[in-house]
Amino acid sequence: MKKQNNDKVKHNVKVLFSKIWLVGVILAIIAAALIYFVKDLNLSNKPETEIVQIPDDNDFDRIENGIHINTGFIDAPGMTETIQNCTNCHSSKLVIQNRMSGERWKSTIKWMQETQNLWDLGENEAIIINYLVTNYPPKKVSRRAVLSDVEWYKLEE
Amino acid sequence: MKRRSFVSKSSLGGLAALLGVDIVFKELMPEGYTPVALQDNNPFKLFDKDKGMVILNDKPWNIEAQAHLLDDKVTPNKSIFIRNNGLIPEVIDIENWTLTIDGESVKQTKTYSLAELKSKFKHHSYQLTLECGGNGRSEFDPPAKGNQWTIGAVYCANWTGVRLRDVLEDVGIKDDAVYFGYHAADIHLSRDPNKEPISRGAPMAKALQDETILAFKMNGEDIPLAHGYPLRVIAGGWPASVSGKWLKRISIRNIVHDGTKMTGTAYRVPCKPVAPGEKVTDEDMCIIESMPVKSLITYPKSGATLSKGKKLNIRGHAWAGELEVTKMEYSIDFGATWKTCTIEKPVNRLAWQHFSATISFPQEGYYEVWAKATDKNGVGQPMLLPGWNPKGYLNNACHRIAVKIT
Repeated sequence: MKKQNNDKVKHNVKVLFSKIWLVGVILAIIAAALIYFVKDLNLSNKPETEIVQIPDDNDFDRIENGIHINTGFIDAPGMTETIQNCTNCHSSKLVIQNRMSGERWKSTIKWMQETQNLWDLGENEAIIINYLVTNYPPKKVSRRAVLSDVEWYKLEE
Repeated sequence: MKRRSFVSKSSLGGLAALLGVDIVFKELMPEGYTPVALQDNNPFKLFDKDKGMVILNDKPWNIEAQAHLLDDKVTPNKSIFIRNNGLIPEVIDIENWTLTIDGESVKQTKTYSLAELKSKFKHHSYQLTLECGGNGRSEFDPPAKGNQWTIGAVYCANWTGVRLRDVLEDVGIKDDAVYFGYHAADIHLSRDPNKEPISRGAPMAKALQDETILAFKMNGEDIPLAHGYPLRVIAGGWPASVSGKWLKRISIRNIVHDGTKMTGTAYRVPCKPVAPGEKVTDEDMCIIESMPVKSLITYPKSGATLSKGKKLNIRGHAWAGELEVTKMEYSIDFGATWKTCTIEKPVNRLAWQHFSATISFPQEGYYEVWAKATDKNGVGQPMLLPGWNPKGYLNNACHRIAVKIT
């Protein structure tokens, strides 16, 4: 009985959450459209109306500017296999912030299989490794990089 | 008193307000159950963190601070980094929470309730510096695997608890004790109940220090859930992973503890220096113990512009694992010359120390203020990255901020 109620609670909260999410998305789109429209009036002679496509609610597969919105992965061959096999236990954020060669990805996968209950990836392994080294290759960094992304501000004391 | 894992009843009410509707069956929600909406909701609200904190990973949660968020002498919860290896326990049954001391080298296995721990042993409070072994990992080349911490995986909070030594004396420890290892209530990412996300420890000498405590309060309040509520072993000055959260059991071992993330390459560095990118066998990797000397400029935030002729007051903290920091310097010419900062004594052993200086700039232009701490053995921070290691630990290179004089 309690379990059932828990499930109901979970279900209800999920439904609520997805509705809130939908409202949020629509509001964001309206806001973006308004900003675009207002800016447009001021700056150019483009047509007054623009067609804005409203994406489906909570569309898991939504891609914007080449990025899979739900996971942050770059939309490229092998992304689906990567999502399906690499985001069950941990977040896509853990994948994206790492930069490794094919050999090191392979040994990382082996480590996850030996110690973290990752399954045999079969022929997907090569697809996933290829996706990762193609889209997230190691970046060469210096022994101390220049300070970047400095947000300058006036210091008041 | 029971406590829900993430939310009190009042904040559940707050959630209802946020959602614009009441939570159906709210009263039937079991103690400690986290509503699904909260499990993946805004982490800043969920963990009461400053909006400036940076999320590196959301499963498991890994969130770091920025230098300017760490300006307080005693770090408040809102600026404390989160490094979780597994999933936060979903149920915290505070009334039935126990700590068991077992292992090959105890004279008896003994279990304490939280109330017993609190009433039977003397309470002690210490400010203790905890830094993630991988803090600074993002700067290593070739890059190291794992969460790409920059500089914000360090803090110094005030912990209150009982000494591990007092508890171990009550249990009785055999002469052959070598190491303690903790076991906790967190959940493995695969949800395999037979796997522990992390189970680390330290040699008995560390276990028996005055400052190694079983803490039940952080900054005078119950430990926040993400930081180990209701009980956490705290071993200041060592990689923060030695300070096990959600503590359920401590094993006194007659060998070096071989729990999860004690073996292989985890929290280990090459015993001998290696070239960047070199392969190192597991046998040639040694466990990290005391953390190295390091410092952070916490004021001003990088990017300050000042008008010519104005002096700049800087401040920050310095720490050196088991050691004290005895010298603190700054440079505005990329290390060509160094000037001395004022550095305070630590409030207690293993607490970070506060430094300050007033800087004059010779002319307009772009400057970087670099800070360098030196420990009592005369070992200072490198300006470049220290020795490369496969897992990207122990980056204690000097911190710097950008300043413009206009």
